[in-house]
Amino acid sequence: MKRVYAKEEVCIGCRLCEVYCRTEHSKSKNIIKAHKKETPRPVARVLVEELRPVSFAVQCRHCDEPECVESCITGALTKDESGAVVYNVDKCVGCWTCVLVCPHGAPQRDLERRKIAKCDLCPDRETPACVDFCPNGALIYEER
Amino acid sequence: MSYVIIGNSVAAVGAIEAIRKVDKEINITVISDEPYAVYSRPLISEYLAGQVKEDMMGYRAPDFYERNGVTTMLGRKITEIERARKSVKLDNGEEVAYSKLLIATGGSPFIPPMKGLGLGGVMTFIKMDDAKKLDAMVPELKHVIVIGAGLIGLKAAESLHHRGVKVTVVELANRVMATVLDVEAGNIVQKALEQAGITIITEDTVAEIIGDSAGMANGVKLKSGKALDCDAVVVAIGVIPNAGFAKESGVEANRGIIVDDHMRTNLTDIYAAGDVAEGPDYLNGGVRVMPIWPNAYIQGKIAGFNMAGVDREFGGGLAMNSIELFGVPVITVGLSNVESDDLEVLTKVEENSYRKIVLRGSTVVGAVFAGKVERAGMVTGLIRDQIDVSDMRDRLLADDFGYIDFPIELRKERLGVS
Ligand SMILES: Cc1cc2nc3c(=O)[nH]c(=O)nc-3n(C[C@H](O)[C@H](O)[C@H](O)COP(=O)(O)OP(=O)(O)OC[C@H]3O[C@@H](n4cnc5c(N)ncnc54)[C@H](O)[C@@H]3O)c2cc1C
Ligand code: SF4
Ligand code: SF4
Repeated sequence: MKRVYAKEEVCIGCRLCEVYCRTEHSKSKNIIKAHKKETPRPVARVLVEELRPVSFAVQCRHCDEPECVESCITGALTKDESGAVVYNVDKCVGCWTCVLVCPHGAPQRDLERRKIAKCDLCPDRETPACVDFCPNGALIYEER
Repeated sequence: MSYVIIGNSVAAVGAIEAIRKVDKEINITVISDEPYAVYSRPLISEYLAGQVKEDMMGYRAPDFYERNGVTTMLGRKITEIERARKSVKLDNGEEVAYSKLLIATGGSPFIPPMKGLGLGGVMTFIKMDDAKKLDAMVPELKHVIVIGAGLIGLKAAESLHHRGVKVTVVELANRVMATVLDVEAGNIVQKALEQAGITIITEDTVAEIIGDSAGMANGVKLKSGKALDCDAVVVAIGVIPNAGFAKESGVEANRGIIVDDHMRTNLTDIYAAGDVAEGPDYLNGGVRVMPIWPNAYIQGKIAGFNMAGVDREFGGGLAMNSIELFGVPVITVGLSNVESDDLEVLTKVEENSYRKIVLRGSTVVGAVFAGKVERAGMVTGLIRDQIDVSDMRDRLLADDFGYIDFPIELRKERLGVS
């Protein structure tokens, strides 16, 4: 399956991937409204790690045998036919078991909703927003 | 040829999903004494609290059995395994033949002998029906005594509190969740419970439950001599594996059914998984009952693959817990609460958070996160893969510990970054 991969040597740590991820996962899908007006605030599913001069973006790896899916106590997380690991936010109860088991630190806690937020590969788009909007081409979406 | 699974919970689902990855044809029959389609057992507390409705408790979609070609016999109890005939016997004498059998019967509440156990209002809290019974009682309840401050007892206490019932928890140890939480984390959780208004009595236990003339519980007498009024008692001291019928049929069992790294019991074609099993322990070696949801799924999966003829080895269970009580999240992994000369402990205590890393030589073997639990799984991953952390030691306690702290080669391997 296609996954998002980071090129750390060209990432400048601008965090625009986080901004566009939040926008894509907002109600309005408008960059200003998403960041200034919406409550609960949308949460980024991609996280930029940084320790100067190195930086790179990390998101869910959509693992082949995902620990999160096997451990989720409600069945909110599933691996779909395309291989994407998706979640049903209505079923999530915020127990953080997926946070406990994911070796990549991918599920983020959405404290306002008391549920997790994680990369869903942007089902409404051809290419995930983080990849499309990275000004430096530091994220690639490909089959490996 | 037919596979029979006894028990219809998460270990059974792990097995069914694994079997169907390999074999779409073979008959699978699931037999369980609870009358429900598979539900998320941990959610009975959210149900009692009124936060999750019954129709949202299904662990899998309603068409799960149909889609996977599984025959269910629900509300039926197995009393015996007829090894010679390769069949299991139901409580009405009926027999179901198996070519391979998986025992995934979980556990039952441990109830120590004490006076008054037979009184009305004395409850346990591990099944949907327990939650329904308590739910129906709530309008009449003023004060409930919960015996045991483990995960299940505290979840029951929190739920009842949300429904406006006064709750007192009585615990024999000197703190809450003493088996997994160290003193520091135990204090954080206890403070959150007490601030919410739950009374916690430690280093004491219920010696006797007292009833009224109608046979209803209306008080308890503690070992210390103290007496408390109440209108219900929830016994939540622990869970013991449902291994009795299997043991009587010749399956080797200790506390739980002993399984090897393929989830095989001592008897041919009989497997066990989940809370009923005593399986390999990843960090300590030997075998151990590890009654947690993720372990039950993974053991079920391993059993399923091996039943279907795909050789899959179980790497060993890793103890772990994630719980949030009154808004305070706490995560523990591995040797989170063990003191020993060969272990080195790193801790960081802040206003509303606590982080602890336990090292054995240059690998991490345990961790506790309270308050801030972000990306805790990165540390779980270090434990599971026994990564040498010599070069990231001083960053392990950082709130933003992550891949940035990994040696570059390891990071690239894990993330596929270039
Ligand atoms: C209130 C509560 C909260 C919990 N919270 C968490 C949590 O947050 N995280 C976590 O990791 N774990 C949690 N657990 C533990 C978790 O639910 C168990 O580890 C898990 O359910 C074990 O699954 P299992 O498939 O082994 O068996 P079980 O879920 O115990 O199911 C076994 C089934 O087999 C049936 N059965 C038993 N004997 C027979 C027989 N002879 N014939 C027919 N059927 C039989 C039982 O009735 C039951 O339906 C919680 C448990 C409870 C009760
Ligand atoms: S959340 Fe974590 S464990 Fe689950 S698929 Fe993504 S990277 Fe894998
Ligand atoms: S936090 Fe939500 S998605 Fe994660 S394990 Fe718990 S219920 Fe499942």
